[in-house]
Amino acid sequence: MEIFNSESKKIISDPLSINNPISLQVLGICSALAVTIRLDQAIIMTIAVIFVLCSSNVILSALRNFIPNRVRIVVMLSIIASLVTVVDQVLQAYLYDMSKQLSVFVGLIITNCIIMGRAEAFALKHGPSKAFLDGLGNGLGYGMIIIIVSLFRELFGAGTITLPDGGVGYVLFSIPEAWYAAGYENIGLLVLSPGAFFILGLVIWTQRELFGIEEGE
Amino acid sequence: MGGFEHYLSIFTKAVFIENIVLAYFLGLCSFLAISKKIDASVGIGMAVVVVLTITAPINWFINTYFLDKGALVWLSPDFIDVNLDFLRLIVFISVIAAMVQLVEMFMERFSQALYSSLGIFLPLIAVNCSILGGSLFMVEREYNLTETVVYGFGSGVGFFLAIIALASVRYRLRYSNIPPRLRGVGMAMLLTGLLSMAFMAFSGIDL
Repeated sequence: MEIFNSESKKIISDPLSINNPISLQVLGICSALAVTIRLDQAIIMTIAVIFVLCSSNVILSALRNFIPNRVRIVVMLSIIASLVTVVDQVLQAYLYDMSKQLSVFVGLIITNCIIMGRAEAFALKHGPSKAFLDGLGNGLGYGMIIIIVSLFRELFGAGTITLPDGGVGYVLFSIPEAWYAAGYENIGLLVLSPGAFFILGLVIWTQRELFGIEEGE
Repeated sequence: MGGFEHYLSIFTKAVFIENIVLAYFLGLCSFLAISKKIDASVGIGMAVVVVLTITAPINWFINTYFLDKGALVWLSPDFIDVNLDFLRLIVFISVIAAMVQLVEMFMERFSQALYSSLGIFLPLIAVNCSILGGSLFMVEREYNLTETVVYGFGSGVGFFLAIIALASVRYRLRYSNIPPRLRGVGMAMLLTGLLSMAFMAFSGIDL
């Protein structure tokens, strides 16, 4: 079995470009917007989603011949919910501040459509190793978009860039006081909900221009 | 806790100020996918109202009498230290999936007309984040039973209003000249942003 043949590469690289889960398959937008106020939240969320997505894809793909078709939704939900519970407990134990900031959105990974969507569309039809790559690819595609959105929102909305650490976050960069003194102002709207919608809308537009994809309506 | 006004304030907050879609981004997947058609939007909006109003109180009972710290004390005083809240996610999602199935069967049996208009949306909303989100917010904000019912109903109404507003705008949009690559989801996101700004105007209201 070759892991790094061209088909496997395609499974990983497609979600990063022409088949991105957020901007092209339109899955998993709910949690994508809520956690993009700060970069460190987006990074932690990406790691959590990649973990849940890879594990659920592998487990479901390994079990795919044993799950009766009629009850597959319930089986999928319970496996995903158990994995998310693990993530939630780990975050509460080791990154308590982060877990408080993300509040209900860790639990909402369960209903993140990316996970159910990839399980239904890919994992139940392919073997575990391919399902793992698919999970990794889609997780990275999701992470790429939310990290871009959160970079814009944090840098222009709050004037900082924060990386995750054990506590409240490590501030990598913040706009110097001299700029504010010279009349620079943060765009407060970006920190609020409408800003998230605008930035994501523009990111989706840019990405579709880059890859030349149109949607009929 | 005050009387009627207190509940009215929770309701108004859930519908307008802290709208579950426009302020908390919950249920966006179905919100964007279904708002292409107005009839379908009315259908899923009503289904969300029904399911949220039913599941939030049921999850409240389960949380208060089984899962919370010390909740099992009604069984025996020895259980005062038992804390089952790590089971919350898995129990809530199973309750939601089961309730959605039950509502669907109930509708099929008693109201064919309602079933044919809402039936196809019910399985979809089992995995709608706004339903699970409603239950999780109810726990986080420590609402009591009546507050939970009012909050569940209010959030449902908020979703209903938001999806109908977006569907109507998108309907008009068919006749406008949008850059081809912005059509569809991109435009819907920008519109949702504008709607969300409009709803933010309510945030100054203090009830």
